[in-house]
Amino acid sequence: MRSREDWRGHPMRLPSARFASSGDVSVKDPNTLEIASRVLAGEVPAGARLIRWLEDDDPRGAAVLAELYPHTGRARVVGITGAPGAGKSTLAGMLIGELRARGQKVGVVAVDPSSPFSGGAVLGDRIRMQQHAADPGVFIRSMGSRGQHGGLARASFDALLVLDAMGYDTILVETVGVGQEEIEIVSLADTTLIVAVPGLGDEVQAIKAGLMEAGDVFVLNKADRDGAPETRRQLELALHLRTQHHGEGAWIPPVIPAVAARREGGAAVLDAVDAHTQSLRESGEITARRSARAYAVFHKLLRDAAARRLLEAALARPDAAALVEGVRSLSIDPHAAAASLVSRLELAGI
Amino acid sequence: MAPPLRVLLAKLGLDTHTVGVTVIAHALRDAGMEVIFTGLKQSAATVAATAIQEDVDVVGVSSLSAAHMRHIPELARLLREQGGGDKLLIVGGVVPEEDQVALHAAGVARIFTMGASTQDIVDYLNAWRSERDASAQS
Repeated sequence: MRSREDWRGHPMRLPSARFASSGDVSVKDPNTLEIASRVLAGEVPAGARLIRWLEDDDPRGAAVLAELYPHTGRARVVGITGAPGAGKSTLAGMLIGELRARGQKVGVVAVDPSSPFSGGAVLGDRIRMQQHAADPGVFIRSMGSRGQHGGLARASFDALLVLDAMGYDTILVETVGVGQEEIEIVSLADTTLIVAVPGLGDEVQAIKAGLMEAGDVFVLNKADRDGAPETRRQLELALHLRTQHHGEGAWIPPVIPAVAARREGGAAVLDAVDAHTQSLRESGEITARRSARAYAVFHKLLRDAAARRLLEAALARPDAAALVEGVRSLSIDPHAAAASLVSRLELAGI
Repeated sequence: MAPPLRVLLAKLGLDTHTVGVTVIAHALRDAGMEVIFTGLKQSAATVAATAIQEDVDVVGVSSLSAAHMRHIPELARLLREQGGGDKLLIVGGVVPEEDQVALHAAGVARIFTMGASTQDIVDYLNAWRSERDASAQS
């Protein structure tokens, strides 16, 4: 395995060397360094607690993550997305077994939707992967989407970094069941698997706009069902149209049939993922993808923080209450009220 | 808003009665909690590993097959040994009174038997959380 090199081929800095050489250790919270070194040693309770802090916005999480960040970049991230009921979790369960058979340690982040009403969630993805629950080479984490759209949770990227730092070789990220536009996973993964199922010709139609443009490997799951050859042809046609103008040597997304519930097709799917990983490395695109991923996460964090602060500043103004009351009583139109507050903030230099 | 409480609901051994655990999962979700379900036929080892990976606050075992004495003390022991000793362990289902004493001694904080309402469970968990968070503050 690539255990002593990161994804750029640079040698990994070992944690002990890093801590010994850090000049600023004395000003850092010793607990932060303690937990960071436990996570780097692969201790499951420490990694699990760190993910919890990150998804709960506990400030201890960001402090530890800052220590871990230089040790990340080694793991391969594989996204799994597709419509609800396509068999994403079952496919993930099958791929875990296949990856383990090839000697890899596997991390899984499985996202399910949170209720927009109560904020609660029933997270059931791992039921289909539970045969691997007690395997020390497998770490499965369920996440509620907690108000995020796009098929992921706000802390999904953070969880990837933690699992990466813990030493998992491949990390599977299963999104919520998505339609056409919820494809945030594409910006997060090295390789995105799209899970499709046979059925109406309309299904390919439905995934054409968003998902067809996004996937690197297509899995035609439940391929023992009626209509599978037809759906496969439609997928291949759509992919041909998408890639026909690409240059020589460009990656052509394959369509791999599978019956995940019977553990059929796992080796072929993983071979296709490996081939894509290889192609990314050879073309150098893996660096571009990961650079874009880091920037996308930064941009989203900045946008959310900036929006929150501006909103607070606008609503805290003494003249805001009258505008809000005007909107609530339907006497001022919302556009005019919002524009008015923004221009006053601008005048105030915010 | 406070982040949601995370609760693992587990079925151990050959007990395949799922109605109760499904009703409770929905009640906890509606109370704003994140509920993770293990699925059926779990061992104490898989439930302990799951609770730690998921870093849940609460592990709830639904037991309707009279096999609680076989699995639950072992689960409590594994949780303590593997770094999950801070998790609240509760049991719901059919547990004769003479076994309740033994389960409490093994580390089970609360046993909900027939007649407990889902609201009782929600209230209990919210009260436990308030107390835990208050003692963490001080």
